[in-house]
Amino acid sequence: MEPILETKNLTVQFGSHIAVNNVNFMVYEKQFKSIIGPNGAGKTTLFNLLGGQLKATSGKIYFRKEDITSLSSVKRTRKGIGRSFQMTNVFPNLTVFENVRLAVQSRMNIRYPFFKHFSHYTEVNEKTYEILELVLLKEKQSVLAKQLSHGEQRKLEIAMLLALDTEVLLLDEPTAGMSMEEVPAILSVIQNVKKEGNRTIVLIEHKMDLIMNLSDAVTVLFNGQFLADGTPEEIMENETVQNAYLGGLYNGSPS
Amino acid sequence: MEQIVNLLINGLATGMLIFLLAAGLTLIFGLMDVLNFAHGGFFAWGAYSGIWFYGVTGQYVLAILFAMFVGLVLGALTEKLIIKPVYGNHIQQILITLGFMLVLSELLKVIWGPNQLPAHAPEWLSGSWLIGDIIIIKYRVFIIVVGLIAFFTIHFILKKTRIGLIVRAGVMNKEMVEAMGIHIQKIFMLVFMVGASLAALSGLLLAPYSGVIYAEMGMDFAILAFIVVVIGGMGSFTGSLLAAILVGLSGSFMAYYVSELSIAVNMLLMILVLIFRPQGLFYGKG
Repeated sequence: MEPILETKNLTVQFGSHIAVNNVNFMVYEKQFKSIIGPNGAGKTTLFNLLGGQLKATSGKIYFRKEDITSLSSVKRTRKGIGRSFQMTNVFPNLTVFENVRLAVQSRMNIRYPFFKHFSHYTEVNEKTYEILELVLLKEKQSVLAKQLSHGEQRKLEIAMLLALDTEVLLLDEPTAGMSMEEVPAILSVIQNVKKEGNRTIVLIEHKMDLIMNLSDAVTVLFNGQFLADGTPEEIMENETVQNAYLGGLYNGSPS
Repeated sequence: MEQIVNLLINGLATGMLIFLLAAGLTLIFGLMDVLNFAHGGFFAWGAYSGIWFYGVTGQYVLAILFAMFVGLVLGALTEKLIIKPVYGNHIQQILITLGFMLVLSELLKVIWGPNQLPAHAPEWLSGSWLIGDIIIIKYRVFIIVVGLIAFFTIHFILKKTRIGLIVRAGVMNKEMVEAMGIHIQKIFMLVFMVGASLAALSGLLLAPYSGVIYAEMGMDFAILAFIVVVIGGMGSFTGSLLAAILVGLSGSFMAYYVSELSIAVNMLLMILVLIFRPQGLFYGKG
């Protein structure tokens, strides 16, 4: 099987600091893959490279075997790579409904020729309702996004990402900054998405139980380098990983 | 009483003219962070081209449409040739748009000569109504009506259409709109053209109101428009209407009651806003 998204010797350097160092990362179609690693391991930087928010210093990124290393983030989204951000990213002064509708109409605009889409107005609205239901936000549709709780904003962000209907979803710590009570809701949203089974999902997370429950495979990064890759069970038992996380003695040369 | 009503109508009419100019500026700035000092040039071009067209055809309504069309074309050319190369660099934007403003007004002199030209309202808009013992000048009411039509049309587009949603979202966070795979560039070009067109409309409307047109007429009003953008809040469309009416009314009342202060009052308003609410009175409220 060919990977849907793959990096080859991907490196990015800020001054003398190498944030992502020669990373070979791959994810297969419809796989649920998590990326873990301590703070500063380069997880979000890797996402920025995959999503096109950052340009690589060297190395290549392939999407369905096509070299996308030099494509802009707009073009990557249009090809089918959507991402969420660690910081919540919604439009504060638009309603929940409008936020999602914007993403839905953007997607339809890509699918249909420019002017034809005016006849699809109801279709846009229906699709918007559908997604709001999936992320459990239907009751909040006419509320301004800035009035939502943090957890609800993260759900809204995922809704917008889903609305873009990309094949690959890059989720950057969807539970970041959430209270314990809010985590189960976001978890069930992610489970809903996974259950639909038509998307490739890459997740950055710190909550181990969440990762172990959801993931088909886990990649571990440490100090910007690739450390290990395997099923959740393999990763749990991997000694290097345990040292990296627990001992802190790891000296940076991959085994 | 008569005086107050007249000052009110005067102030509202002036406010509408400033609003039409400021609406484009505020959206252009809010959406792409572009400072456009050439906006007054579109204003003057609207006045000249519209009055010329009116002189040739005798059709005032057609002249309005013609001036707006000239604004659209000028806006498209300016965005492509002048603004696009200097995205993200405010110093360069100020220099090149100020320079282009001069080019625009000098070109007017090349075509129509350096002297002031007279401008008259058509028959059906001349004269006044007598209501009780209050004289209401028709043309001023006409300006207010046209301004309101423009406001509600654009308000509707912003609130109810897809392009409007993209524009509103873009003003809040342009990078994120791009992350959704929307080419904000095309939308911006469109907004710039519409903004230029509104400025041209404003210029033509002013012409019969003041009776003369001259190549530098854009400058004075552009400064008022910038004040309005600051007071109303960068990127706030409704804010630009309310702030423009505020500036128009304060100008007309001050000119009558405390004429020494009539120019200073707008600056004072702006200074007060900058001190106490630097993001503008209506920032973030659409």
